[in-house]
Amino acid sequence: MAESLLELRSLRKSFGGLAVTRDVSLSLSTGEIHALIGPNGAGKTTLVHQVSGTLRPDSGQVRFEGEDVTRLGLAARARRGLARSFQITCIIPGFSALENVALAVQARAGSSFRFFRPAGREAALNGEAMEALREVGLHGRADLPAGALSHGEKRQLELAIALAMRPRALLLDEPLAGTGPEEAERLIRILSALKPRYGILLIEHDMPAVFALADRISVLAEGRVIASGIPAEIRADAAVRAAYLGEEEG
Amino acid sequence: MNTTLLLVQALNGLQFGVLLFLVAAGLTLVFGVMDFINLAHGVQYMVGAYLGAALAAMTGSFWLGLLLALPAALVFGLLLEWLVFRHLYARDHLSQVLATFGVILFLNEGVKAVFGAAPLQMPVPEALSGGVPIMEGLLYPTYRLAILAAGLLSAGLLWFLVERTRAGMLVRAGASNAPMLGALGVDVNRLFMLVFGFGAMLAGFAGVMAAPILSVEPGMGDNLLILAFVVIVIGGIGSVRGAFIAALLVGLVETIGRAMLPDLMRLMLDPSAARQTGAALASMLVYVVMAVILAVRPAGLFPVRR
Amino acid sequence: MRWRNAALPLLIFAALALAPFVGFGQGHSLTLLARAMIFGMAAISLSLLVGGAGLVSLGHAALLGVGAYAVVVLDHARVTEALVVMPVAIGVAALFALLTGAVAIRTSGVHFIMITLAFGQMAFFTASSLAIFGGDDGYTLYGRLELGGSRLLENRLFFHFACLALLAGTWLLVEALLRSRFGRVLRAARENETRARAVGFAPYPFRLAAYVIAGAIAGLAGVMLANSAEFVAPAYLTWQRSGDLLFMVILGGLAGPHGALMGALAFVLIEEWLSHLTEHWRLIFGPLLILCVFFMRDGIAGLLRRG
Repeated sequence: MAESLLELRSLRKSFGGLAVTRDVSLSLSTGEIHALIGPNGAGKTTLVHQVSGTLRPDSGQVRFEGEDVTRLGLAARARRGLARSFQITCIIPGFSALENVALAVQARAGSSFRFFRPAGREAALNGEAMEALREVGLHGRADLPAGALSHGEKRQLELAIALAMRPRALLLDEPLAGTGPEEAERLIRILSALKPRYGILLIEHDMPAVFALADRISVLAEGRVIASGIPAEIRADAAVRAAYLGEEEG
Repeated sequence: MNTTLLLVQALNGLQFGVLLFLVAAGLTLVFGVMDFINLAHGVQYMVGAYLGAALAAMTGSFWLGLLLALPAALVFGLLLEWLVFRHLYARDHLSQVLATFGVILFLNEGVKAVFGAAPLQMPVPEALSGGVPIMEGLLYPTYRLAILAAGLLSAGLLWFLVERTRAGMLVRAGASNAPMLGALGVDVNRLFMLVFGFGAMLAGFAGVMAAPILSVEPGMGDNLLILAFVVIVIGGIGSVRGAFIAALLVGLVETIGRAMLPDLMRLMLDPSAARQTGAALASMLVYVVMAVILAVRPAGLFPVRR
Repeated sequence: MRWRNAALPLLIFAALALAPFVGFGQGHSLTLLARAMIFGMAAISLSLLVGGAGLVSLGHAALLGVGAYAVVVLDHARVTEALVVMPVAIGVAALFALLTGAVAIRTSGVHFIMITLAFGQMAFFTASSLAIFGGDDGYTLYGRLELGGSRLLENRLFFHFACLALLAGTWLLVEALLRSRFGRVLRAARENETRARAVGFAPYPFRLAAYVIAGAIAGLAGVMLANSAEFVAPAYLTWQRSGDLLFMVILGGLAGPHGALMGALAFVLIEEWLSHLTEHWRLIFGPLLILCVFFMRDGIAGLLRRG
């Protein structure tokens, strides 16, 4: 079997004596959305940090496109095509929406040790940035300071930034968190349109959205993957219902 | 002969170290608990020395001077906290650095305006004048030993306060996780004031103790401040224990370096150049030590925050 | 708003160009203006670090001092050609910035402030130890630099315009840097380092490059400072001088190099005015600084923008 786009092999991480990630293995292929769900405190965010390079696992491997990237940091993994969004919106509030995205374009288009030409007037950067904004439906707000956008728009902006990096894999940490029903619906539409071109690892609390979008679902509880399969299997899994879905509904 | 010299220098170093610790202790607590960079902590040491010298001259007694200078230094520290510092807790480090730099400018000039630019003298108290034989044929000044003892005693007292009392427990909690204090319902402002006043008093105490052996002059706190910063960075910000060990280390390195390096330099340079170069290199030595320690342990020897 | 950022400095440059011809042509005024312009260069270079890269350095005076001492060392060796001395001084200051910055930029926040302070102190004590260059007492130059063999810099008016040209050049350079791709990465990393990393920029090499550029500019300012006074002393490198430079940057405002420019000019003029008023002018200057921090958060540039 050919190696998947992204593969986690037996990741372990503990803080002090507390094991937060216990032997997690996952894989992600191009063209699929692999959702990661689990109750609060299951260790989802810690896992995302290890995948994106913000945290280093105590043991285990993160492989991306067949290469071991475990020892690379956030910036280096981003340059290789592994983009992430954040649970708490992470944008540059003082930059315009366009410049936020242009920064991402700049990261892969030529050297950034260019000292004299005004970056704001580089048509190539702005053009691609505008393209990404259009893809998420934010092109009308390009010149606004990012800090002045609504919460939902900031989530869209963050997605546009990730897209502008032209990644192969997207790590989305609760992209729907804090959005209203309309904004959520729009984001879901955008995500399903993106699916064929990327591999998406989606961490999300919104169960209807997860079951609508995901090709595969893995359930994390107490740092361990307790179930993994297609949505129908997960829905039927007794252990999952007990550990997680039961809680949600009860 | 050489071992005697070394012993004397080691004692001098330890004595300088405990003075440094008294200044650094307040600095590291204020820094650790309030995340507040107080460049003006050095002038509190200077103010203590001036208060001690002036009050001793006024009352004619070292002991009365010391006794009155302590509460005076405390009040002065609280006044500064009320006037300036408390408005800076919520600001960034840059603002704190600048505003407290302004306090330094003002106070250095202020003592110059009041007491003149010439150094002030404070006599060694009668009871502590003279020397103690510490080796055959070697008298070490009693007063310097008294400083060492007083410094160690204060360090012990501080250790007790921080490790064994409720207020100390809060201070330690604040140093490792400041937001938690507010969540626990502690009156953070009161605690800040307490820590601040106490730190100011310790620095003032160091100033009074140092007054008879150093010259009391404007700007005397500036270089000590920088060394105190080196101490808390080496020791780990917020750690009293770290400050104690780092202060003794810095005191020893500085003093012994100052005594030994000129002699070493003399092997290469002519005597007058050797003296100057050696002294300057000795001053640099402390910073080299700091750079090396930070390179190995970026958070200092005893990091408090995780 | 943007035209104002350019219009103000242009107005200031025009005023500085006219000053010698409208009653500020005598020696004392020109010395003062030269001092203001030289500190303007240094403050602009520091604003690239503080405002652009978010690096609060409390050791910037050391870089100025390294430039000044390069002049001293070469003067002692009877090398006084500006076309040689300037590149050497700039190179040495940049090298010093590279070596110290490589260590300092690994730290952040308070530790960065402290470690730049420590390196500044090391430079200060080194300067004090240079017995052949006067040690603590400083060193008097044989004379100002020669320019292509001529003694043009001895001419007060020429020196004035040389300072002005360098100041304007510094402003243009830093303004361009901040707008460039390089500057965009610096600004992004200052505002939100995680975001910069997440799109693939590790800030370290960018910050180090900014530190080296600022060091080179400060070194050049040091050359001009040495020539202006024809004297160099370790006092140029004290941490208090670094504090002064930081004050200039904040006084003017962090919004861009025009802030530092105005801050430096205002600083030198206020200092001059107060010191005429009373011997104890720092009694006023200190509280003034505190009030600025309390009430003028965006500096002079902020006041002008609002007004």
